[in-house]
Amino acid sequence: MKRVYINPDVCLGCGLCEVFCKVSHSRSRDLVKAFKKETPRPVARIRVERRAPVSFAVQCRHCAEPLCVYSCLTGALRKEPNGVVTVDAERCIGCWTCILACHVGAIRQDKEQGKIAKCDLCQGLDMPACVANCPNESLAFVEVQESVSGNGSGDGLALTVREA
Amino acid sequence: MDKSVKYLIIGNSAGGIGAAEAIRQVDSQGSLAIVSDEPYPAYSRPMISDYLAGKCTLEKMLFRPAGFYESNNIITLFDSPVQRLDVSGRIAQLRSGEQISWEKLLLATGGSPIVPRIKGKRSKGIFTFTTLDDARKIDQYLKNNQVSEVVVIGGGLIGVSAAEALVKRGLKVTIVEMKDRILNVMLDSEASALEAGALTRAGVNIRTGRTVEEVNSYAGETVASVTLDNSGVIPCEMVIVAIGVRPRAELAAGAGIQVDRGIVVDRRMATSIPEVYACGDVAEAYDFVYRQRRLTPIWPNAYQGGMVAGANMAGKPAEYQGGTAMNSLKYFGLDILSAGMPDAVDGCEAISGAGDGYYHKVVLRDGVVVGMIFAGNIEKAGIVYSLMRKGVRVERFKQALVAADFGLASLPGEIWRPRLERPAVGVVSAVTAVEAPEEFEGAD
Ligand SMILES: Cc1cc2nc3c(=O)[nH]c(=O)nc-3n(C[C@H](O)[C@H](O)[C@H](O)COP(=O)(O)OP(=O)(O)OC[C@H]3O[C@@H](n4cnc5c(N)ncnc54)[C@H](O)[C@@H]3O)c2cc1C
Repeated sequence: MKRVYINPDVCLGCGLCEVFCKVSHSRSRDLVKAFKKETPRPVARIRVERRAPVSFAVQCRHCAEPLCVYSCLTGALRKEPNGVVTVDAERCIGCWTCILACHVGAIRQDKEQGKIAKCDLCQGLDMPACVANCPNESLAFVEVQESVSGNGSGDGLALTVREA
Repeated sequence: MDKSVKYLIIGNSAGGIGAAEAIRQVDSQGSLAIVSDEPYPAYSRPMISDYLAGKCTLEKMLFRPAGFYESNNIITLFDSPVQRLDVSGRIAQLRSGEQISWEKLLLATGGSPIVPRIKGKRSKGIFTFTTLDDARKIDQYLKNNQVSEVVVIGGGLIGVSAAEALVKRGLKVTIVEMKDRILNVMLDSEASALEAGALTRAGVNIRTGRTVEEVNSYAGETVASVTLDNSGVIPCEMVIVAIGVRPRAELAAGAGIQVDRGIVVDRRMATSIPEVYACGDVAEAYDFVYRQRRLTPIWPNAYQGGMVAGANMAGKPAEYQGGTAMNSLKYFGLDILSAGMPDAVDGCEAISGAGDGYYHKVVLRDGVVVGMIFAGNIEKAGIVYSLMRKGVRVERFKQALVAADFGLASLPGEIWRPRLERPAVGVVSAVTAVEAPEEFEGAD
C-alpha cells in the first residue's frame, strides 16, 4: 500500500503539515474557519517532534499487523481491505487503549469529543494534505512492498504468523 | 439436532471473535460454530459500565457490525451453555441435550465473578458486574427500588468501573477495598492516589484496608447496610461485589485438560489435549514481563491470543509473543495508562518524573522496561510500551522516558528512523524474517 514516509534530514520543523492536516479534517476545509470558528475544534493527526537539530513528523504507519486494531475494546478500529487503518468515530469511546498499543505514538486524543483522532491518509484525496503541503518535501507518499517486518509492519508483532 | 463442525469455539467475546477472524483469514469454508451462554452477539464487555450509566445501547456496544456472523459463514448458538466436553470423542454436550462434534476446539470461556463468603449475601440488592445482563439487572433494580447509596466491594478495574457508572446515575457510592490502595494490581501508590483523588472529587467515598463482613437487610429481605471488619456500618440499598474474576475453567478441568490457575497453554495457545486450544481470561498464557505463564485478564490479550489460536487451528502456524497486563483508565476525566509491573521488586529500578498535570514512571530490570505508568499526559505512552515489548535496552536514555516532553525524538535515531523512514530499495523484499526483528540493542 501507499504510505507516508518521512525524511527527517530535510524536515524544517515548520509544522505546516499539522496545519494542513487540521484543515483537511475540518468540516469547512477552510484554514481560517477551521482554526477560528469550528467547534469541535479539528485535531491534527500528525505531530511534529522537534529536538534540535532534529525534527520530523509522525503519523499512523498503517501497520501490516496493527496492534491498535488488535487491542481496540469496541471494534472501532479496523484495518480496511486497502490497508488503511481507520477509526469509526461512532464506535470509539475514547478508552485510549490503542494509544498504549501504538509504537510511534501517532494516535491523538480528541478530548473535546472524547474520541481518538488518527491519520486516514486523507481518503478521497490523491495525496494526503500533509504531503501535498510539505514545503521541503520531507514527506513522501509512495508505494513500498508490504513486508511482515521493517517499517510499516508494526512494532514487534502481536503474533508471529509463520507462512506454512 | 446434533451437529458436526470443523471448528468449534466456546465463548463469543474477545477471544472467540479473534479466533474466528483468524480462522476465516486462512480457511473461508471450513464449518465454524460459536457457542455462548449469553444471548447476545459479541459485545464490548468493558462497555457495560457505559450501558449502566445510560450512555449507550446494546447496538452501540456490538463488537462487530450487524451481519458479521452471516458474512463470515459462522453458525451461532447463543443462549446455549456447554455442559460437558468429551475430548476423546471430540463432542461438546449442550444443556439443551444437543451434541456438537468438532475437529478443533477453542475454549474462550472467560472468567466468572468471585463471590466471597459474606454473611447475608442472599439479600435482595446484591449484584456482580461482569455481563450485560448484570448491568441490565442492576438498571432494573435501580428503577424499581428506592436506592440512593451503594457499596462496591472491591477497588479493582471492575469495581471502579461500576462505581463510575453509579455516580453518573446520581447515586452515592462507597468503594471498600481490602488492600491499602485502589487499583493496586496496575497502579503504584502515586498513581493510585491520583485516581483516588479523581474519584473522591466526584463524590466517591473510598475505604481502603477494610473488608465487608456482613450485608444487613430489612427483615431478611432487601439490603439495608454493610458491616465492615472494624464493625463500622455503611448504610446502602445496593451492594456490588467486584473483588475479581476467576477463570471459568470447570469445563476444561472436567474433561481432563491441564488447568493450573487457568487453562495451561503453550505459545501456540494449545492446551495439554491435541486439537484443543484456549485463550483469554480463562487461559494462563505467556507473560513477557514475568517470563512465565500468567493470567492477564484483559481484552487485548484475549483477542490476540484468540488470533494465534485461530491461525493454528486453521493450519497456519503462529506463536503468541506474550502479553502482559496493560490497561487504560479514564475515570472522571483522569487518563492513566499502565503496563507490566507497577512497582520495582527484586533488584528492579524505578524512575519517575512528575510535573504539572503529569506523572510518568518506568520500572527497569537489567536495563529493560518491565513496567510503566503514564498519567495525565499519555499520548506518547505507546512508544515506551513498544520498548518494553521488544525488550530494548534503555539504560543510556532512561531518564528521557519519564520527562514531560518525551517523544520518539528522545530516543536514538536507530530506534525511530526505521519506524518512519522509507525502507531502502531492495531491503524491503529481503526483510521477510520470521522472528520479530531486534531492531535495536543499546550500545552499552
Ligand atoms: C466492567 C468491566 C470492565 C472492564 N474493563 C476493561 C478494560 O478497560 N480494558 C481491558 O482490557 N479489559 C477490561 N475488562 C476485561 C475484559 O472484558 C476481559 O478481559 C475480556 O472480556 C476477556 O475476553 P474473553 O473472550 O476471554 O472472555 P469473556 O469476555 O469473559 O467471554 C467469555 C464468554 O464465554 C461464555 N461461556 C463461558 N462458559 C461457557 C459455557 N460453558 N458454555 C457457553 N458459553 C460459555 C461466557 O458467557 C462469555 O460470553 C473489563 C471487564 C469488566 C467486567
